[in-house]
Amino acid sequence: MSCRSNSDAGCGSSGACERAAASSEAVDNARRTFLRGAAALTATTLAAGVTLYVFAGEPAAARSPGEKAIAKVRWGLLIDASKCSEGCTACVSACQSENGWRDTGHPTTDARWIRKLTVKDPGNGATFSLPMMCQHCAKPPCVDVCPTGASFRRADGIVLVDKHICIGCRYCMMACPYKARSFIHEPLDDQRPYAPRGKGTVESCTLCVHRIDEGRTPACVEACNEIGGGAMLFGDLNDPSSEISKRVAVYRTTRIRDDLGTDPGVRYMNI
Amino acid sequence: MKKVSYQKLENYNPFFWGLVALNGAIIFAGLGAAYVMEHRGHIVSGMNNQIVWGLPHVFAVFLIVAASGALNVASVSSVFNRPEYKPYARLSGLLAITLLVGGLSVLVLDLGRPDRLIVAMTTYNFKSIFAWNIYLYIGFLALVAAYLFAMMDRRASRTTLLGKAVGWFAFVWRLVLTTGTGSIFGWLVARESYDAAIMAPLFIAASLLYGLAFAVLALAIAGQQLHENLVIDEMLGKIRGLLVIFALAVLYFTAAHHLKNIYGSQHRGVERFLLLEGGIYTGVFWVGQLLVGSILPLLILAAPMFGRSRVAITAASVLFLVGGLAQMYVIIIGGQAYPLDLFPGMDVSSLFQDGQVAHYGSSLPEVLLGMSGLSIAMLLTGIASRLLPFLPRFAKEQGAGGTAAA
Repeated sequence: MSCRSNSDAGCGSSGACERAAASSEAVDNARRTFLRGAAALTATTLAAGVTLYVFAGEPAAARSPGEKAIAKVRWGLLIDASKCSEGCTACVSACQSENGWRDTGHPTTDARWIRKLTVKDPGNGATFSLPMMCQHCAKPPCVDVCPTGASFRRADGIVLVDKHICIGCRYCMMACPYKARSFIHEPLDDQRPYAPRGKGTVESCTLCVHRIDEGRTPACVEACNEIGGGAMLFGDLNDPSSEISKRVAVYRTTRIRDDLGTDPGVRYMNI
Repeated sequence: MKKVSYQKLENYNPFFWGLVALNGAIIFAGLGAAYVMEHRGHIVSGMNNQIVWGLPHVFAVFLIVAASGALNVASVSSVFNRPEYKPYARLSGLLAITLLVGGLSVLVLDLGRPDRLIVAMTTYNFKSIFAWNIYLYIGFLALVAAYLFAMMDRRASRTTLLGKAVGWFAFVWRLVLTTGTGSIFGWLVARESYDAAIMAPLFIAASLLYGLAFAVLALAIAGQQLHENLVIDEMLGKIRGLLVIFALAVLYFTAAHHLKNIYGSQHRGVERFLLLEGGIYTGVFWVGQLLVGSILPLLILAAPMFGRSRVAITAASVLFLVGGLAQMYVIIIGGQAYPLDLFPGMDVSSLFQDGQVAHYGSSLPEVLLGMSGLSIAMLLTGIASRLLPFLPRFAKEQGAGGTAAA
C-alpha cells in the first residue's frame, strides 16, 4: 500500500502519513509473513496431496537426440492413493492412447502397461485404489534374469525392453514381483512410432520415456492431473529441490514389496 | 566283468519302423505347432500373461533335467569305478545328449521370437541364471560328446585315463547344470512357490530318477528290437535299488520343501493352494506325482512277488516318468497359477486378474510341441543306435539267463 493511498484516505500531515505508512508496512509484512506461513503449513501438513494437483511434477529437462541419459537423475512417481478414486481410469486410458495398446477382448492375454488395483483390508474392510505399473526398480529382477540383456535400466532409472534383442522367453515376467509386464500374444497394428511393440516380445510401462526425453511428463500423470484426482506426481527423485523429493522427504511413502529389496522408483502414500 | 562289447540296432523289424514313423509324425506335428504359434502368436496356446510358461516348458524342463540324470550310469562306471555299469555307459551318454537336445528344441521353439536364436547365442547378460544355463547346456553337450569319444574311439579308449578325466569333468558339470536348472526357479523371489534354494537339490534328485528311468526304458525298447535282454540279471537288483533310492530322495526333498513352506505363515497360502485347494494342481500333485508317480512304482519295486522282474522295473520306470511330468506340471504351472502377493495380508482385485488364481488349459499346439521334444530324443537315440554301437552286447548265456529271469 502506498503513501498516496493513505493520503487519499485522509491521513493528515506528512509525518502522520509517514507513521501511518510505516505502521501500514509493518502490518503488511506481518500479514505477508502470516500468509506465507499459513500457505506453507496448509501445503505441507493439512493438505498433503494438494500440491500434487498443483504441480504434477516438473517437466523433465529435454535431452537432445543422441544425448545419453545420466545417472544424476532418477525419474520417479509419487502416487497419493487418497486422491485416486476407484472408478477413475484416466491414467489407464491416457497410457493406452499414448502408447497404442488396447483391449482386444482377450483379458488374460491383452497387454496392460498400467492397471487399477483395488486393495481391501480383510480385517476392517478399509479399501483404497491405486494405479500399478512397472515400478522402475533400482534393482530390477527383470533386468537381472533377462538372458540377452534386452531388459535394461537406463542411467536415469527408467526400465525398458530392447525389442531388437528380446527373444520372448518370458523369464522377466516370471521374475517381476509386480506383474507389470505383458507378452504380446497376437499380431499388432496401429503402432506409435515412438513406442514400438512386437508380437512375441515382452513390454511394459516405459514411463513415457519419449515424452520425458522431450521435457514433458508421462501421459498418465498428465491425465490424472487434468481429468483425474490429481494423485500422481512425476519428478527427479535425486534432485532435493524437486517437488517429488520434497514430498518424499516430508511424508511417509511406501514402496510396494519393499521387502524384496528392488528399490522401486514409484512410491505411494496414504496406503 | 569280462571285456565289454557293444552293438548297433541292426534288426529292423516293424516295431522299429513303427516307432520311427510315430516319432517322426509327432516331430512333424510339433514343428507345425511351433510354426502356428510363431505365425499367429501365442494366442493359440493356453499360456497368458500370468501363466507365462506352460506345457512346452513342462516337457522341456523335464527332458533337460532327465538329460543330466541320464549321464549318471556312465558316471557310476567311470567316476565311481563300478565296472558292471560300463556296458551301459555309452547309451547313458547318448541319452544325455538326445534328451537335452529334445528339451532345448522345445524351449527354443516356444520362444516368442525363435528366429532370434542367434541373438540368444551371442548376446549375454552374465547376471542371468538363464544365460548361465545356456552356457551349461552347450558345455554339457560338448563334454558328453568328448566323453563318448573317449569311450568309443579305439585309440582314445585304450587308456582309461582320458575317459576317467572327462567323466569326472562331465559329472561335476552335470551337477552344476542341474543346480542351474533348479535355480531358474529357486532364485525367483517374486513367486512364493519358488524362491527356495532347495529347488537345486530337488532337481538333482529328480534328474537321477528320471535319467535312470529313461535309460531303463531305452534298454527295454532296444532289447525288444534286438530280441535280447540288455539289462542282465546281475544288474536288475542294482537298478532296482538305485531307482528306489532316487525316488525316496525326490520324496524327501519334496517333503522338505513343502514342510518349510507350511511352517512359516508367509507361504501357507500357496501351500494351501497347491496341497488342498488348487483343483487340478492339487490333483496332479497327490494323484499324479505322489500316488501314480512315486508310491505305486515304489510298491512295485518293493513287492516280493515281482522280485527281479524286468517288466516290473520297466513299468516302475514308466510310472516314475509319469510322476516326473506331474511334478514339473505342479512346480511350473501350479507355481504360476497362485496369484502374486503384491500387498501381503490384503485382498487385491483388478481387471487384470490380480488376486485371482490364474486359469490355464493346454492347447493342442502346446501338447504337440511338448511331445515333439520327447520324440526328438527318442528318434535321435534310435538313429544314433543304428549308426554306432551304443548298446551293450552280452554273451548268449547271460542273455539266456536274463530271459529266464524275466
